[in-house]
Amino acid sequence: MFARIFNALGRPFVRFTQYLGEVVMLAADTFQSLFTHRLRWKLFLNQVVEIGLLSQLVVVITGGFTGAVFSAQTYFQFHKIGMGSATGAVVSVALMRELGPVLTALMVIGRVGASMSAEIGTMKVTEQIDALRALAVYPTDYLVVPRALAMMVSMPLLVAECIAVGIAVGYFVAISLLEINGTYYMANMVRWTRNRDIIMGLSKAFVFGILIVFISCHKGLTAREGAVGVGRATTEAVVNASLAVLISNFFLTMTLNIIYPAGYQ
Amino acid sequence: MPTQDRHPAFAEATAGKHNGSMIAVHRLEKRIGDQEILRGIELDVARGETLAIIGRSGGGKSVLLKHLIGLMRPTAGEIWIEGQNIIEMSERQLASIRQKVGILFQGSALFDSMTVAENIAFPLREAGERDPNVLRKRVSEMLEVMELQGQEEKMPVNLSGGMKKRVGLARSIIRQPSCILYDEPTSGLDPVVSDSINKLIRRLQRRLGVTSIVVTHDMKNAFHVADRIAYLHDGRIYFHGTPDELRASTDELVQDFLLGRSDDKVRVES
Repeated sequence: MFARIFNALGRPFVRFTQYLGEVVMLAADTFQSLFTHRLRWKLFLNQVVEIGLLSQLVVVITGGFTGAVFSAQTYFQFHKIGMGSATGAVVSVALMRELGPVLTALMVIGRVGASMSAEIGTMKVTEQIDALRALAVYPTDYLVVPRALAMMVSMPLLVAECIAVGIAVGYFVAISLLEINGTYYMANMVRWTRNRDIIMGLSKAFVFGILIVFISCHKGLTAREGAVGVGRATTEAVVNASLAVLISNFFLTMTLNIIYPAGYQ
Repeated sequence: MPTQDRHPAFAEATAGKHNGSMIAVHRLEKRIGDQEILRGIELDVARGETLAIIGRSGGGKSVLLKHLIGLMRPTAGEIWIEGQNIIEMSERQLASIRQKVGILFQGSALFDSMTVAENIAFPLREAGERDPNVLRKRVSEMLEVMELQGQEEKMPVNLSGGMKKRVGLARSIIRQPSCILYDEPTSGLDPVVSDSINKLIRRLQRRLGVTSIVVTHDMKNAFHVADRIAYLHDGRIYFHGTPDELRASTDELVQDFLLGRSDDKVRVES
């Protein structure tokens, strides 16, 4: 009986550990390639367009409506205790430290992570990756390095954009719809928001970008069994990357808060 | 039974091991899960010759071919290419071998996001060639050899099966490899296109003088292009000899394959 329980628990654990190991190995291979082999600039710039430029609408809408609704909800609560003008500070800090990075990451997973996994997965099942290898091209150099680098560059910029739009729309909602005094709103926001909040948000963006790109590329590179396999790989990439972002966000918050503590100090 | 040991051609070929031969395979085994795909393959391919590997579908021919270029790793055994044991090489080290060996995949494996011209120019571009005039000239030459003039800007999805094979072949030979591997070059093609592919393979052999290995279950294809034929059966090389020796063989299994006769077991399975 114990053997059966051990088996039931042990196998998923071994599989999970093996999966983590594979993703880490892919990341290590990519970073090694990044520093020791030539970068394909054209592919890198294509990926910057794909990840960064083509995500603009999604990120602007996400940031804008999150800022708007968060501004309204904060005001509804704070207004009752006469702290309506503190809304700006809460919206700004929350967007920088949590909402901006996490929501942008989730949107990028849906838009870019899924596409990366499906594209690479399709190349895998149609032997295009074998063709790359047969033509003496190392798949990590050609497929993963440009995507990883583009993601590392684009994610912090997308998060910064999401935060900026969120704050701007939050401000607009606060002063035009909620009748908060704009001067107090701005003064409190500037007083309570620090550079460390921006650094924390951008640090998270960088880490989330790395998680998304390696989880998505790994799922694509290990896709099997034709169209069904590609579909499964894409779904798993989205689910795994989303979970990785949400779980790692907690640990990043706790760790980064030691280095960049929140609040007015 | 005409086992590999009894055949003079095979004994002669294996006696020299990998010395002087383009490709030598020793005791190659491949197991995937519980299934034994290859069970001790012995093979030797001389420089400039064309070897056809025949056998039933699902018999491990393509698996064997993929081992020869390091796309699959064996469970045991050795593969020597131009005197280098590729089994000991890492994926990056294999690049030097892969520059000498071109492969035509069964499904052509063209890059579907690139045009025909971009597909053909890909190996040169990756090798560092950036001059658009040189690339254009080389692509035109290849298209002429493959009789595909005017198809430069087409996407792979808009090509017929035969055209895809030709583009795949052009891509694999543009860097002038010393050996070309063909994985089922005529599968899925009508007899006329198959014949044109056979003639193309022969023409390339004459023009480039390359070593070729053609994996096929199309006997017309095998007899048309091969200097020697190896029959893969049950994970081993069952017969190895010239096309004439194969035709003259009285072995029942060989004759069953040549004449396309199925046994009772196969009929029940199918």
